[in-house]
Amino acid sequence: MATDRSGGTGTPASGATGRRHPAERRFQGSLGGRIVKILLLGLFTALGVWAVLPLYLAGVWWGIGLVVAVVALVYYVYLSGRTVPAKYLVPGVLFLMAFQIFPVLYTMSTSLTNMSDGHRGSKEQAIASIEAFSVVREDDSREFALTVATTGDPDTGDLVFLLTSPEGDTYAGTEEGLNELIGAQVDPSGRVTGALGYTILTPAQVNERSGELQEFAVPTDDGSGIRSSGLSTAFEGTAVRVYDQACDCIEDTETGTVYHADDERGAFYDEDGRRLAQGWQVGVGLDNFSRFLLDPSFASSFFGTLVWNIVFAASVTFLVFVVGLAVALTLHVPKMRGKTFYRVLVILPYAMSSLAMYLLWRDMFNVDFGLFNRMLGLQVDWLGNVWAARAAVILTNVWLGYPYMFLVATGALQAVPRELGQAARLDGAGPWQAFRHVTLPLLMVAMTPILIATFAFNFNNFNAVWLVTRGGPYGSEGTAASGATDLLITYTYRLAFSEATAQYGYAAALSVMIFLIVSVMSVTGLSRTKALQEVDR
Amino acid sequence: MSVPDTTVRPVHRRSTTDRFLLWAGRLGWRHAVMWPVVIFAVFPVLFVVSAALNPIGTLSGSRLWPTGASMANAQDLFQNTPFATWYVNSLFFAIGNAAITVLLSALAAYAFSRMRFKGRRVGLIGLLVIQMFPQFLAIVAIYLMFSDLGELYPVIGFDTRWGLLLVYLGGALSINTWLMKGFFDTVPRELDESAQMDGATHAQVFFRIMLPLVTPVLAIVGLLVFVSTINEFLLASVFLRDTGAQTLGLGLYQLVDSQRNANFGMFAVGAVMLSLPTLAVFWFLQRYISEGLTTGAVKG
Repeated sequence: MATDRSGGTGTPASGATGRRHPAERRFQGSLGGRIVKILLLGLFTALGVWAVLPLYLAGVWWGIGLVVAVVALVYYVYLSGRTVPAKYLVPGVLFLMAFQIFPVLYTMSTSLTNMSDGHRGSKEQAIASIEAFSVVREDDSREFALTVATTGDPDTGDLVFLLTSPEGDTYAGTEEGLNELIGAQVDPSGRVTGALGYTILTPAQVNERSGELQEFAVPTDDGSGIRSSGLSTAFEGTAVRVYDQACDCIEDTETGTVYHADDERGAFYDEDGRRLAQGWQVGVGLDNFSRFLLDPSFASSFFGTLVWNIVFAASVTFLVFVVGLAVALTLHVPKMRGKTFYRVLVILPYAMSSLAMYLLWRDMFNVDFGLFNRMLGLQVDWLGNVWAARAAVILTNVWLGYPYMFLVATGALQAVPRELGQAARLDGAGPWQAFRHVTLPLLMVAMTPILIATFAFNFNNFNAVWLVTRGGPYGSEGTAASGATDLLITYTYRLAFSEATAQYGYAAALSVMIFLIVSVMSVTGLSRTKALQEVDR
Repeated sequence: MSVPDTTVRPVHRRSTTDRFLLWAGRLGWRHAVMWPVVIFAVFPVLFVVSAALNPIGTLSGSRLWPTGASMANAQDLFQNTPFATWYVNSLFFAIGNAAITVLLSALAAYAFSRMRFKGRRVGLIGLLVIQMFPQFLAIVAIYLMFSDLGELYPVIGFDTRWGLLLVYLGGALSINTWLMKGFFDTVPRELDESAQMDGATHAQVFFRIMLPLVTPVLAIVGLLVFVSTINEFLLASVFLRDTGAQTLGLGLYQLVDSQRNANFGMFAVGAVMLSLPTLAVFWFLQRYISEGLTTGAVKG
């Protein structure tokens, strides 16, 4: 990034060539560049040290190794003289690796698991949480004074119980277990009021997370655990449900039901097939994929969505191309009064915020108050009817998308010599023939890559559907199945983040499928253009 | 014009009807086509501006044409929502992502355009391939990843600006790098070679020779990234859940989601405000737009 005089791109040694007098040199390896380089490297080192500290405290050794390796790589690249291209590539590539390539690989591995709410951690964590959650109070239960705290953000960080025993000892209890807490400040009633590294939640914050609090339990030795009773006391009791290593099962000592571990499905099941809520993450191979490819109900959702997805992307691409090109051709005359005026107004939709405009169109289609129904005196439920909703989504996207095509087509038209069309006219071709057989083929050379990109963009145009219809209208099965205007990406989003049980594994599998579909289509499209030849220039 | 002008200058004046027919055939129909297009293009914009100024402030009370000029909706928006915070957040992401992406992308494009090294071909094709897996498809993984990262580093966890900016920067090297490389290729190599003869280092060639010559493509990539970031919804909605941490887009979404009819006036003001930065960017960069958008495409 900074100036580097030792760069291997053939910098002649000072005065050695003799072709120029040293005084004529216009460039000098600047001192400023060197200072900037040293400063940036120093800053980066500081960042590395800052990144290592929490990793060290949490004992994540591979994480420390990674940070050290990255810092070492950066030092090597910017201090060695033989790595000139890398100096330009490393900053972008590091971001690409961390926040695009790694998540993509992570998605692929998640797609092979049953990960979802209730299947997030390991089997040991599931057992500990089942046992602790079944803790009941007994007559001789120990009582603790409780302070609810967190190690992270007050709204989302993992909960920690700061506990004071009747003897006055202080402990920090997490989902993993109970540890002694040293150096805590304790008020006269025995409650912890402050401890290094923990953020105490205010009563309001505790109240907001009361649902989480009820399901939170600190496992202690041999099947007992600590749970809260109210906001300021906790008790230690024995677990009703106990794990037995010998049979790899959990027995409910109150009812006598035995739940056997099912390592394929990642949960404990009793003989009637009922399961305990807390399960663990297991690899399910290609089950997620076979589910939406083979299972009839999921497959109909998937393939129905896929067909509409392709129709949507293709029709939007086609329509914006036709409208954009038509407007560009109309304005493609040397002299026309008001041309600038037309251009500015025609481009206006492109210059507005698309997010806000999607929401605006949604409200214009509103059945009760919308502009269209009021102006046209209709009572059409635009977004509630399957085909009206589909037409509405396409219309909205044509409005937002054609100005871009207009701009591109205008540029491409200027590159096509006007004389060609005129020559064709002199040879007796009609205006349509001249356009169809001379201008259009030349235009398509430039426009094809743009059309492919537009198609790929619209194929995954989340905002276009989510902000207008949210994928609806839905069928009789409700939001769990795909809606009439759902794209694959909006369907995936709803599965992962909007449903009661977050099905991360299944959603990840859908993401991978979208990737495969888009890849196949793009590669087919791109192989017919010249884009790839540019690599060798 | 290479075609010789064969028409002979008229000796006598054409009749008015003739002149009108000639005008209609050459230009008149173009105006006739453009008017419906302009109406189609402008009416939603007109509607949202009218609604923003509409004193009633409801969706049902909004008309296509302004019925009055009132600041009531704007006042409501400023008083009842953390509008300023939302706006600053939106601009932070859009400007931050655009600026850093342009820098990172230009650096990489320079290397791809001017240097020959092992892995260049793989890198260029790899950039195309990764485009087919857009970042938001990995949203599940990004969510799970930042659930863990946020525990270790609260500064970049959920509801923070830096965390989401980092995620956006993961997409810095993208098809934009291709666009830039295509433009860099059009700058004659002789320019940087002669500068190197004069003793310039590769860094000086990049910052002092190349960058000034490729301003149009820098501007256009900056514009594209700015616009797409300010309109980004999916990643932001997963990342920013706290009302105070959200962007204007997310805020507006929730505003009309809860109270579609009553809040429409406030929404309209917000929509206009959200469009202003985009309009400004378009206005200032307009002379680069057609050049930057088409250079990469046309030269193929």
